[in-house]
Amino acid sequence: MNNFGYARARDVGDAVRRIAADPGARFVAGGTNIIDLIKEHVALPSQLIDITRLPLNKIEETKDGGLRIGAMVPNSDLAYHPLVEQRYPVLGSAILAGASQQLRNMASTGGNLLQRTRCLYFYDTATPCNKRQPGSGCSARDGINRMHAILGASEHCIATHPSDMCVALAMLEARVLATGPGGERVIPFSEFHRLPGETPHIDSNLRRDEIITTIELPPQGFAANYTYLKIRDRLSYAFAVVSVAAGLEMAGDVIRMGRFALGGVAHKPWRDPEVEAELAGAPATTETFLRVADAVLRYARGHGHNDFKIALARRTIVRALTQAARGTPQSQSDKRIR
Amino acid sequence: MARRSATARKQETVPKPTKMAVTLRVNGEERTLRVAPWTTLLDALRLHLDLTGTKKGCDHGQCGACTVLVDGRRINSCLTLAVMKDGAEVTTIEGLAKDGALHPLQQAFIDHDAFQCGYCTPGQICSGLGLIAEGKARTAEDVRELMSGNLCRCGAYPNIVAAIEQVMSGKGLGEKKR
Repeated sequence: MNNFGYARARDVGDAVRRIAADPGARFVAGGTNIIDLIKEHVALPSQLIDITRLPLNKIEETKDGGLRIGAMVPNSDLAYHPLVEQRYPVLGSAILAGASQQLRNMASTGGNLLQRTRCLYFYDTATPCNKRQPGSGCSARDGINRMHAILGASEHCIATHPSDMCVALAMLEARVLATGPGGERVIPFSEFHRLPGETPHIDSNLRRDEIITTIELPPQGFAANYTYLKIRDRLSYAFAVVSVAAGLEMAGDVIRMGRFALGGVAHKPWRDPEVEAELAGAPATTETFLRVADAVLRYARGHGHNDFKIALARRTIVRALTQAARGTPQSQSDKRIR
Repeated sequence: MARRSATARKQETVPKPTKMAVTLRVNGEERTLRVAPWTTLLDALRLHLDLTGTKKGCDHGQCGACTVLVDGRRINSCLTLAVMKDGAEVTTIEGLAKDGALHPLQQAFIDHDAFQCGYCTPGQICSGLGLIAEGKARTAEDVRELMSGNLCRCGAYPNIVAAIEQVMSGKGLGEKKR
């Protein structure tokens, strides 16, 4: 590995001071992505600031009936937490659909948001990549782009965000709490990650000298009618080709309101609240679900190898909403899709 | 000449490999070592502590061969730094047998012929121990899913699942022996 320095942050203020003082410094929490990127020579930090001992490892109820999740809570602890299992099962399901148990035991809640794309060209330092080296070009556009974006891409970058957890957090309308030199601010989840545009090297709107301290969930958890449906090349331990986190509030066979977010299709978890609003008051039928699927995908565009993802996303949305409406969420152990 | 001076300049900017003291409790024994910040826990175990039972497969957290238990939880030791684990309790494959007797899961791997080449086995066994301690697996499907972070290129998967199920079900050492 390339050489780098190491410091351990004493508290959140200390972490912010250290990152602000050294433009080459990066935080390390679970390490599952940053250490891999250092080994691949994609990340070359001057020092790693260890934030694993910060007191951000609690999961607590908020006064309004929501949940506060410390940024250092390991993914596995979050997935299996009784309040998540009871009230936000879509979040637990999405987490357990991703990575392996070893990685989930290491990876932090905050770090999951900040993991970088698994675009092969981003990882391959022998090829141009605007995300790794701004202005060098995008190798994926005319390359092997089977895993790449069909929504929200730009001519500069067609990479996807790899997280499963974030797809559920987007659907649940989580809030990200971040602390920087100027104090704390709240970032709505939909504004946390960015589309690539002309600056694909910037994944999120978190500033370089800010640290994620907490993820907050609003009270609504869709515990009765939800699913996280992930379509991938292997049954387990593979990134999503397409995934859907869905949550519905039902009144008999009619949908009172519903939301869904897509993973594996864009530079950020993809939502279209205007289309989701069409679910309100509609019957929970295949016709309804096909209509919203087509509406969400109206601007979808393939790049050759990933053209199939448009049809796959359409079917995955319909199946996910069907599973949610029936109250039969996708099992992350028995992978048969019903 | 220009090339040499460029090289010399580059070397000046590389941080000095300042070693740091790290204390780990490895298989019940306290060990203090001095490692560079970029030394992974895996390399610290293998190269500094001579515990070569833990294997380096992919070194990228994809194969699971480096799985060890840290404070009782299974992790990929290739994706964490030794300096980050100062004060931690580490259990490797070398720490499982007690007084010359194999751990029940080690015995179950033999009983079920759960390996061929054996390279992934230390990681499989540590991962299996982590899985049992987590207590989330009920069915063979659950075991397969929760062991998916451990690859076996010999394809001993059905026997690995059977070995773990034997210990999960509480059947004693060697009960299924011929």
